Amino acid sequence: MKRHLLSAADLDRDDALLVLDTAAELAALTDRAVKKLPTLRGRTVVNLFFEDSTRTRISFEAAAKRLSADVINFSAKGSSVSKGESLKDTALTLEAMGADAVVIRHGASGAPHRLAHSGWIGGSVVNAGDGTHEHPTQALLDAFTMRRHLAGSVGDLAGRRVTIVGDVLHSRVARSNVLLLATLGAEVTLVAPPTLLPVGVESWPCATSYDLDAHLRDADAVMMLRVQRERMNAAFFPSAREYSRRYGLDGRRMALLPDHAIVMHPGPMNRGMEIAAEVADAPRSVIVEQVSNGVSVRMAVLYLLLGGAQLGAGETDPAAEA
Amino acid sequence: MSASRTPDDARTVLDGAEIARALTRVAHEIVERAKGAEGLVLLGIPTRGVFLARRVAERIRQIEGREVPVGSLDITLFRDDLRQAPARALLPTEIPAGGIDDKTVVLVDDVLYSGRTIRAALDAMNDVGRPRSVQLAVLVDRGHRDLPIRADYVGKNIPTAKSEKVHVLLAEHDGEDAVRISGHAAGEDL
Repeated sequence: MKRHLLSAADLDRDDALLVLDTAAELAALTDRAVKKLPTLRGRTVVNLFFEDSTRTRISFEAAAKRLSADVINFSAKGSSVSKGESLKDTALTLEAMGADAVVIRHGASGAPHRLAHSGWIGGSVVNAGDGTHEHPTQALLDAFTMRRHLAGSVGDLAGRRVTIVGDVLHSRVARSNVLLLATLGAEVTLVAPPTLLPVGVESWPCATSYDLDAHLRDADAVMMLRVQRERMNAAFFPSAREYSRRYGLDGRRMALLPDHAIVMHPGPMNRGMEIAAEVADAPRSVIVEQVSNGVSVRMAVLYLLLGGAQLGAGETDPAAEA
Repeated sequence: MSASRTPDDARTVLDGAEIARALTRVAHEIVERAKGAEGLVLLGIPTRGVFLARRVAERIRQIEGREVPVGSLDITLFRDDLRQAPARALLPTEIPAGGIDDKTVVLVDDVLYSGRTIRAALDAMNDVGRPRSVQLAVLVDRGHRDLPIRADYVGKNIPTAKSEKVHVLLAEHDGEDAVRISGHAAGEDL
């Protein structure tokens, strides 16, 4: 493992499988009477959230607490950021308080990279979602969920077919998933209207399509992406109704899936928009399980980044600027 | 990994037949102390402790004619030296279906040395349940304890120098049964 987790591309196949195997062992903890481990006692994890989040922040908080780390939650609202403090000064403050890891969510793509490579802080940086760029722990928990259902929790996802549908353009989840699933050997197809596919998608390690029905019959997993209206400042599709008819997953489309296929959604869902309520609540929907798997996967990431010896100064990026 | 475990200068201190006899004796001792197999749970400490626990359980089944639950208990997250090495991969923890509450738990490991592994195992077990009593069975006790811990059942006491290494090889994991010692004891007090 590297010192930071900034992108799903930071993980090679062995690293990714190590995280997934570690998460599988940690998931067993959920069944125990005492859901706590002493492993990160005395370490401090700061949740630095510049963007709203429910499940990711709570998930990281639960993960850190189950490993006995001290958790400091920081949200931009009600902090000095609203008085105009820069990312650098916030980071220096956290460093002065002795943060061993900073979990950062930021609206600007690349903010975690800046934090990790600027020399402002000495601890590990975990990207919890930056702009429209990446969300690597979401990709890990999705891969964990797929592996549990499609591969018996062993090995990689070689040959499994995953269809990711919807607002790829604004989705950090889609990008991280494509990178990680390619590393694990899965075949990914992105399905979206042309306006919601990013420029340069042809260089991603996946196929693309505009036709959802054509990519359901042979899918092992279908992942629906949230239509991110808060990031949409132009007309990407004519109407919500038309989007829903062409790219929403309803009962008819779900019936096209093979029996073993699972339906996923990173949340929060727009019921009736990209996913119908009957699909979201169907037995093959693993959306709630994704949330609980998120805690196990984030515990694994925090343990692997913080549980061992801190890497030497030689591991820091030599190109870092102060 | 197993191929590089024993250097060429290693000398064999226990062969396969001796390991088998030692485990049989340990199984008899466990049954004798517990007055049967009732309420016994064997927990092996990965990796080789788990195989040893299964072998002991099989012998208890032959002696008493009843199955003894066998599980494994990984101690990685409870180690006191976690920060002295990069984060380690976790090994499986499998607690038998009946749990360990009010049971007599016998921890099984291959080598007893500093005692730190067993301390970690006691902590790990604390989070799983509350056994009636905990006992310790090891194949080899090589001495040099750092903590006030002792084994209840010992396959063989092997005095060693701290500079020596003890290698336990088991057929399930290493393709053969043997205990070997490598390294030089010269210049160190036994």
